[in-house]
Amino acid sequence: MAETLMFNALREATDEEMARDNTVFVLGEDVGHYGGSYKVTKDLYKKYGELRVLDTPIAENSFCGLAVGAALTGLRPIIEGMNMGFLLLAFNQIANNAGMLRYTSGGNFKIPMVIRGPGGVGRQLGAEHSQRLEAYFHAVPGLKIVACSTAYNAKGLLKAAIRDDNPVLFFEHVLLYNLKEDLPEEEYIVPLDKAEIVRPGKDVTILTYSRMRHHCTQAAKTLVKEGYDPEIIDLISLKPFDMETISASVKKTHRVIVVEECMKTGGIGAELVALINDQLFDELDAPVLRLSSQDIPTPYNGMLERLTIVQPEQIIEAVQKMMASRI
Amino acid sequence: MVAERTLPKFDTSSVKITKEEGLMLYEDMVLGRFFEDKCAEMYYRGKMFGFVHLYNGQEAVSTGVIRAMRRDEDFVSSTYRDHVHALSAGVSAREVMAELFGKETGCSKGRGGSMHMFSSQHNLLGGYAFVAEGIPVATGAAFQSKYRKDALGDKSADQVTACFFGDGASNNGQFFECLNMAALWKLPIIYVVENNKWAIGMAHERATSQPEIFKKATVFNMAGHEVDGMDVLAVRGVAQEAIARARAGEGPTLIEALTYRFRGHSLADPDELRSQEEKEFWAARDPIKRLAADLAKRNLATAAELKAIDDKVKAIVEDAVEFAESSPEPNPGELYRYVFAGD
Repeated sequence: MAETLMFNALREATDEEMARDNTVFVLGEDVGHYGGSYKVTKDLYKKYGELRVLDTPIAENSFCGLAVGAALTGLRPIIEGMNMGFLLLAFNQIANNAGMLRYTSGGNFKIPMVIRGPGGVGRQLGAEHSQRLEAYFHAVPGLKIVACSTAYNAKGLLKAAIRDDNPVLFFEHVLLYNLKEDLPEEEYIVPLDKAEIVRPGKDVTILTYSRMRHHCTQAAKTLVKEGYDPEIIDLISLKPFDMETISASVKKTHRVIVVEECMKTGGIGAELVALINDQLFDELDAPVLRLSSQDIPTPYNGMLERLTIVQPEQIIEAVQKMMASRI
Repeated sequence: MVAERTLPKFDTSSVKITKEEGLMLYEDMVLGRFFEDKCAEMYYRGKMFGFVHLYNGQEAVSTGVIRAMRRDEDFVSSTYRDHVHALSAGVSAREVMAELFGKETGCSKGRGGSMHMFSSQHNLLGGYAFVAEGIPVATGAAFQSKYRKDALGDKSADQVTACFFGDGASNNGQFFECLNMAALWKLPIIYVVENNKWAIGMAHERATSQPEIFKKATVFNMAGHEVDGMDVLAVRGVAQEAIARARAGEGPTLIEALTYRFRGHSLADPDELRSQEEKEFWAARDPIKRLAADLAKRNLATAAELKAIDDKVKAIVEDAVEFAESSPEPNPGELYRYVFAGD
């Protein structure tokens, strides 16, 4: 076991996969000489050369399209979005080409590529660097969407994403890069499509992902002291959802709270609520509750920013209220 | 009518072609022309739907470039006006027509349609329907060739990519971004601008501060050429030079082919803005008639030989229609197939 920071876990995953398969390469802004904005690719260019760790000009739309072309012709690109928000500039290439092209081509081509990088709301980074993008991409056919949340799952999921033959949008969280964890010495893979039961419980199912997982576990400490027994599920896969795990939990607890960092309107939670209502309505003892961030651009002011995203005390309060109305 | 640009002088007598090559070029262009004429007929008969953009008039560009490349080894990317590029790249008339009919036997299994022709077998990277979006994808294919050669040490990786797009696309950011990257990394790619003067209803001169697109290559330190896009031998000559440069690892070329579409933007376009005078000016420069005359002048083909090719191509196109009509619809049970790899 070796204590590893999350950004290094991601670096290890990249390094191991590049060593394993010489068609894997990284491209993006400052991934080479600079080592990546969060040092996920630090010094990899020294080991693999400048073509396999390709510093690109600031041209998001075009280098994402370039990656699609490389993937169509047999390479396995990993795009690092210096900030995932910058990829809004490449929305067309990600949606029309990475996402849809396999289908539109009638299966002529596959697009094995990973689009990864820091997303989420950081600390007073301002609206454009504090995006909640996952919902923007959620409707795009053909994309898999994954959010890592610990050093352990970051490494195993990134390796799985690189080996997947589909385009995978891989969200890291800007505030989680320095999480520490003992990682196994031996190689391991974490499947892309499996949710993780973070804390088993019987009272209420809390569905969450990315940084909000840690808000939920923090809230759970208080809740457990107060006698509640919440089940916390880290969705991991935002598309497709692991409905098997979700369903098993809902059938046990009959209560669901979604805790998400993305905006409420058209969010990940909105889709989850709809699916749970479609598939598990009879199992519910209460309407599914959504704790989402506010439908506003992320404000710079620290107090306003805190009000914009969900805080642990809101999760505690939500569980208390839901359990109080127990039938 | 806007004053026409002075055509670049290119002495086609310097382009050496054999009889076989001359007839191949002729057949390729005639196939493009007859195929598109048949598409118009089928569209008006309700056999195909949606936006159908025909290539009539521009055949010398597709044939001149693609038939100078290595079929099934080199890569081709196209736009929404992609039927003829697909044919030149080796996709059968049957498969292209069946795609237009939306049939399972189409080159994109009926999922793509007129603007999305793909063939992995023939390294056709696709018809890209959003203007300029194919430019980065083609640039990626060229990057892949360089990667295999330089990062993986595969000496046989000398494939060249031809990337086709129109004058309208040359005002899009992806054009400039990709020219920069391709020149920076000396990628083996040829950017072929088919300047047909009109982006639907937007005249090139009204949209473009520097209408001579080939000149934009110089600011990226790359080779740029203009060529008479109605003269297949001139296009072939310029393309051969660019392909050789790309294959030798000497980097990309921007080719601006001055051409014209003989029909509206699409079959849904009333085509009200282009003057009769302009249309006649360009119709008189029909590239197929031009090649027929050149072949006769070089004593490479008789009228009877060309007629035989016309007849052969007509039969190919008729066969393609019959094939498309008699082909099955996609299986409704496979609606979700091809969303993800492995399905």
